[in-house]
Amino acid sequence: MSRPNRPIYLDNHATTPVDPRVLAAMRPWWEENFANPGSVEHALGRAAEAAVEEARAHVARLIGAEASEVVFTSGATESNNLAIKGAARFAAAQGSERRRVVTLATEHKCVLESVRDLAAEGFEPVILPVQPNGLLDLGLLEATLAEAPTLLLSVMAVNNEIGVVQNLAAIGEMAKRHGALFHTDAAQAAGRITLDVQEIRADLLSLSGHKIYGPKGIGALYVRRRPRVRLAPLFSGGGQERGLRAGTLPAPLIVGLGEAARIAALEGSLDAGRIAGQRDRFWAALAAEVPGLIKHADLEHRVAGNLSLGFPGSVTALALMAAAPEICVSTGSACSSAEIEPSHVLRALGLPEALARATLRIGIGRFTSPADVDHAAAALARAWRQVRSSTTQTSPVAAGLVE
Amino acid sequence: MLLYLDANAAEPLRPEARAAALAAMELPGNPSSVHAAGRAARRVLEAAREELAARFGARPSDVVLTAGGTEANALGIRALAPGRHLLRGASEHPAVVAATPDAVILPVHRDGTLDLAALAAALAASGPALVCLMAANNETGVLHPLAEIAALCRAQGALLHVDGVQAAGRVALSLREIGADSLALSGHKLGGPKGAGALLLRPGLAPTPLITGGGQERGWRGGTEPLPALAGMAAAAAAASPEAASRLAVLRDAIEAGASGAVVAGSTAPRLPNTSLLVLPGVKAETQVIALDLAGVQVSAGAACSSGRVAASPVLAAMGFGHDAACGIRISLPWNAPEDAAARFLAAWAAMRDRLSRPAA
Repeated sequence: MSRPNRPIYLDNHATTPVDPRVLAAMRPWWEENFANPGSVEHALGRAAEAAVEEARAHVARLIGAEASEVVFTSGATESNNLAIKGAARFAAAQGSERRRVVTLATEHKCVLESVRDLAAEGFEPVILPVQPNGLLDLGLLEATLAEAPTLLLSVMAVNNEIGVVQNLAAIGEMAKRHGALFHTDAAQAAGRITLDVQEIRADLLSLSGHKIYGPKGIGALYVRRRPRVRLAPLFSGGGQERGLRAGTLPAPLIVGLGEAARIAALEGSLDAGRIAGQRDRFWAALAAEVPGLIKHADLEHRVAGNLSLGFPGSVTALALMAAAPEICVSTGSACSSAEIEPSHVLRALGLPEALARATLRIGIGRFTSPADVDHAAAALARAWRQVRSSTTQTSPVAAGLVE
Repeated sequence: MLLYLDANAAEPLRPEARAAALAAMELPGNPSSVHAAGRAARRVLEAAREELAARFGARPSDVVLTAGGTEANALGIRALAPGRHLLRGASEHPAVVAATPDAVILPVHRDGTLDLAALAAALAASGPALVCLMAANNETGVLHPLAEIAALCRAQGALLHVDGVQAAGRVALSLREIGADSLALSGHKLGGPKGAGALLLRPGLAPTPLITGGGQERGWRGGTEPLPALAGMAAAAAAASPEAASRLAVLRDAIEAGASGAVVAGSTAPRLPNTSLLVLPGVKAETQVIALDLAGVQVSAGAACSSGRVAASPVLAAMGFGHDAACGIRISLPWNAPEDAAARFLAAWAAMRDRLSRPAA
């Protein structure tokens, strides 16, 4: 089944392949109508605008929102920046006394960096630790929110490295009870778990196209209308997206996001069942070959396709990847792929550094076949045996220290 | 068959750009991933960067890839502005207007070109300055004398940010040759996909990011890069050429010669080959555009972004058109304009003119 030399892609948290149906939906907007959706003075522009609005409705439906609450951006990083900086800056400009912005140590770098940027503007960041299973301690959150008035709470729905699903409904309820805005980075959650902005009481929710089998370069931010959440834009210009996000709307990418959202809403739960099957198959095959293999973080509150695996035997994840170059997996977030430092997420779980360095992130997706996981498990097991034996041969002292 | 003459709002996608974007859509990887799929995506991204750098006069390491021209303008101005007084042209695009609050407005002549004496006076009066100017105007196509402007800026120690969105691919445009400090570009105005842009910087500059997180683009612009749109943008830049665009000047001139009763804004100034702003005195632009739309001719009453609320054009107002600033329509020929575009346009336009405008008694 699987062709030799074709890389096997098990890195669906970094990005997902484009669904052929998404590409098919986009093509007319790359082949027939090129108009600017802002050009409502002519027929072609109005057709592009209508396509954008249809996509907006699909995105809204995926998260239980109204279409008018969806703002298109270039991706989840921009959405997270706009949500966090935009909400804080707008509140400050309106004279709000609240300065505290609360988030988690395991958030995506763009959330942590947005919060850090706000510190330089006079806001007070609070970075909460997580439990060893990756989940937020709700008692700690309650105490933190009770301690001082909080402007914004940002908690990711699904972690991009360890796949854990936070208890968003409880977290959102707590944020609202304390008068804080609630933002969630749902880039990894959309299409993988059910999301309903009413149920989780989100004021702001970030989405990415390329994490849900849509194109790169498009994302969305849900901005609640009732009660209305106000944001300061990151940059301005032609007044698109109600002034919240300027720039020509990329109609083909938006249509792609819309189609990806439509498919995710229809097929997300079917995907999850099949993907969980592949994950279990992969785990069984690999664990049988690698005694002592560890799964990190909570196993129950977790998306189907994710495994965060700690390898025994004093190996490093980078050495495993080098020994199995045809298998596309990662050490953590793609953004930090080239970093030598172990992932901040794994450190936040309290993992010893050597174990963090021996950890691989597996992301199984819609298009992962049983043959893919069989092949990948065999290749990684082979790589592990090879790396472990070379580690033992070349560095017996180091190996002895760990033993 | 609709006649699309609104290229300055969006150029039709070039076949080379479509092929490149579709090929990039097939790549499963994230350019930041170190595995084989990631490296394949990274190669496409870096090739796009190199193409844009080579075409528009910068080093690849001084190119910041963005999601569009508005973002590129905002990022460029933000990179250069700290500690400087802002000066901008009177006919700038809203993206530059919004990024330069409280700027001193530099007047333009009646032909739309920048008043250089006023620039020199403003530079002398302002202290350390950042001048923000478009290479080509989006409504009239008028080109500012950028080399002279850059020399004036240099002489006064001022920096120069150029909005190259409309000029790129249509006339020669090089950051290095202009001697400017930054240059903003948009993919879809080159005939690439929407959703890509770039900021080119003079060596040694480091912008303060608008979007942080993830470390992409050397930390100057966070977020997974919009790979298909960027690959398409680079292919469009390679396919676009000022020589080919000069074909459009023939069509444009035929339109202007045939549109009797209209005033051509900036007709005596150097202009883009594809753009004509036709002012029909006394007839609101909105009325003209609706009539032409019904006749299957797709033009605009100004910048696409502000469409839907057609008001007097600030560009025409800056050029001294008074009440007739609300009476201009923009004809912008796409790279693939058919050879009979002028004849078809003029047939529709003349019918519209005869119906709507009262001949002077």
